Amino acid sequence: MTAGGPADSGADELTFRDPERADALRARLESLVDRADDSIRIVHVCGTHEQTIAEFGLRSILPDGLTVAMGPGCPVCVTDSAEVDEAVTLAESGKLVATYGDMLDVPGGDRSLAAVRDAGGDVEVVYSAADAVSLAAETDQEVVFFGVGFETTAAPTASVLRNDPPANFSVLSAHKYVPPAMDVVAAHPNTRVDGFLAAGNAATITGTEVFEPIAGTHDLPVVVGGFEPLDVLYALVELVEAIADDEPAVVNAYPRCVSATGNQAAQTALWDVFERVEGEWRGIAAVPDATLAIRPEYAAYDARERFDIEVDRDSETTECICGDIMAGHAAPRECPLFGEECTPASPVGACMVSDEGPCRIRQTFGEVRQ
Amino acid sequence: MSADDEAETLTAAHGAGRAEMRSFLSETVLERLGDPIADGVGLPALDDGAVLPDGDRSLVVTTDSHVVDPPVFPGGDLGRLGVAGTVNDLAAMGAVEPLTLTCGLVVEAGTPTDRIETILDSMAETAEECGVSVQTGDTKVLPPDDLDGIVLNTTGIGRIPRGEQLTSDGLSPGDRLLVTGPVGQHGIALLAAREGFDFETDLRSDVAPVNHLVAAAREAGTVTAATDPTRGGLATALTELAARSGVGLVAEDRAVPVSGATDSAAAVLGLDPKTVACEGRMVLGVAPEDAESVLDAVRATPGGEQAALIGDAVDDHTGRVVVDTGIGQRYLTEPSGQQLPRIC
Repeated sequence: MTAGGPADSGADELTFRDPERADALRARLESLVDRADDSIRIVHVCGTHEQTIAEFGLRSILPDGLTVAMGPGCPVCVTDSAEVDEAVTLAESGKLVATYGDMLDVPGGDRSLAAVRDAGGDVEVVYSAADAVSLAAETDQEVVFFGVGFETTAAPTASVLRNDPPANFSVLSAHKYVPPAMDVVAAHPNTRVDGFLAAGNAATITGTEVFEPIAGTHDLPVVVGGFEPLDVLYALVELVEAIADDEPAVVNAYPRCVSATGNQAAQTALWDVFERVEGEWRGIAAVPDATLAIRPEYAAYDARERFDIEVDRDSETTECICGDIMAGHAAPRECPLFGEECTPASPVGACMVSDEGPCRIRQTFGEVRQ
Repeated sequence: MSADDEAETLTAAHGAGRAEMRSFLSETVLERLGDPIADGVGLPALDDGAVLPDGDRSLVVTTDSHVVDPPVFPGGDLGRLGVAGTVNDLAAMGAVEPLTLTCGLVVEAGTPTDRIETILDSMAETAEECGVSVQTGDTKVLPPDDLDGIVLNTTGIGRIPRGEQLTSDGLSPGDRLLVTGPVGQHGIALLAAREGFDFETDLRSDVAPVNHLVAAAREAGTVTAATDPTRGGLATALTELAARSGVGLVAEDRAVPVSGATDSAAAVLGLDPKTVACEGRMVLGVAPEDAESVLDAVRATPGGEQAALIGDAVDDHTGRVVVDTGIGQRYLTEPSGQQLPRIC
């Protein structure tokens, strides 16, 4: 995409979209895949990586023998149905529920937040936890921020709670922490992972060191990558090279943003407010240590402590294969509902609802298969 | 809500100019209205207008109802939108010199008179710009409970030599695709104004009549197909051209003109400018040997300075639009459902 006319390569270089460099990386990938003994399967864990891969058509240039699949990288998709039901219950009982736009259409056990809003409930779309605090400051009504997302949104939620929000503000946390889920996916008997492409945005907060135990335990490389097409191709080159050379290490392929130790201030805020507990990831199962719960010190702002929220914990519908897709062992096109009964206009599963969802992304940026 | 419930009521998507609307038109409207027209274009073609042969000439007729929130927006207003939209639909059928327009207004009681004056002044000004005038009309005022805002209906009539119509089914493999200017500006400017985003840039709608650009193109070479990208943007326009012409299209992403401000705002909103509404653009299919001369002619015409050749019709990928990103390839798909702000 260019500014008002034909592309000039200078702009492409600045945005890491230069076709010549992409072609050089593609050629390098091809020779590395040739050198490897076996086919290679990379799993990434970020909806934004999937968007780059799909939007720029990267799969159309991957060499034979190299597959890149998406794992549990969409925070909206892995939000448990019961968590949606909790938000729905709060909105139905007269609280103003504020959350990210992607969450509105996600089906809970019974209904979505959009359905509650259409029926007259107070549900507001916000762009940040801070926006939800602003809403609370303007009203006497109880305002509950339905906090969804990984480290990148959990840290800002933590920061808000550390800054004395209004007394009528609370957080319903569905925040999750990615590294333990990568462990579960790597250990999953049905999911083959030869290497992880880790999310550069979350790594700006956690640093790359957090991935060392995963690389060590599962004997595979973890490469942290950025989100421009050249970032992704470069990270794939690093991954395939490490696999071909049998060197399971953590590599930082996004050094312009990510450091080994990460953002200490954000980590301090994150772990001051949240603790890691076992919790359900939609489709994947209970993951130990990967759900972020608000610590007792902040119980006054914890919607689960403040309100009596009763929901059915076994309300999951199983019409689609979102779980297999989120666990990284099925592709969207393998779902019988994909593109037929399940479309962006009428989603059945969470993977088709969110802009970060693999099915939504595949449907939006149709894949040209060579 | 179950699928059965949904089937009983119309949703916003049915009028959004994309796949849902096309299935509504073919399954509900065409079952009841319209017949094919010999040597012309009737409702079944679902093109930008009808072409009705009469002796050695054909009348071209099109109609459009316009609703826009807010009614006055950066770069235009409802009046300009109504005139440009109808004139452009006529031009997309080949009628580049419209004969007359109508003005049907349905207004919510309580609407300030000066707002209507603004819209009518704008209609007159835009009509003069493209050499036409409004010669008949109708006005209704409804109680606020029955209507929210203003609905403007404009019908346009044009005339062409018999058989000289442009359609959206005329592409052959090898034809080049030309777009007359940067895409996505109208939708992004509206979204920014409606949602109160302040991008600190001069985001303005592209709403404008472009009949003169079609005229310039046809004088310079063979134009094989035309459609104006409105709702659904370039993606819907190209998808319709591909489907109706029975060809595949390959669009070069880096050749598609997008203004810097639109590109930046769209990125923030998580939208692809190729899927966002335009109101002053035309997509033309051009015979390959004439492509450069047609491009030069459009660029030499005021309003066409940023025209670009953006791709080709091909004989595979039938009915689909491939985007070549310069790095890889993917299909261009139309947005469906509502465009919601994304999470991160």
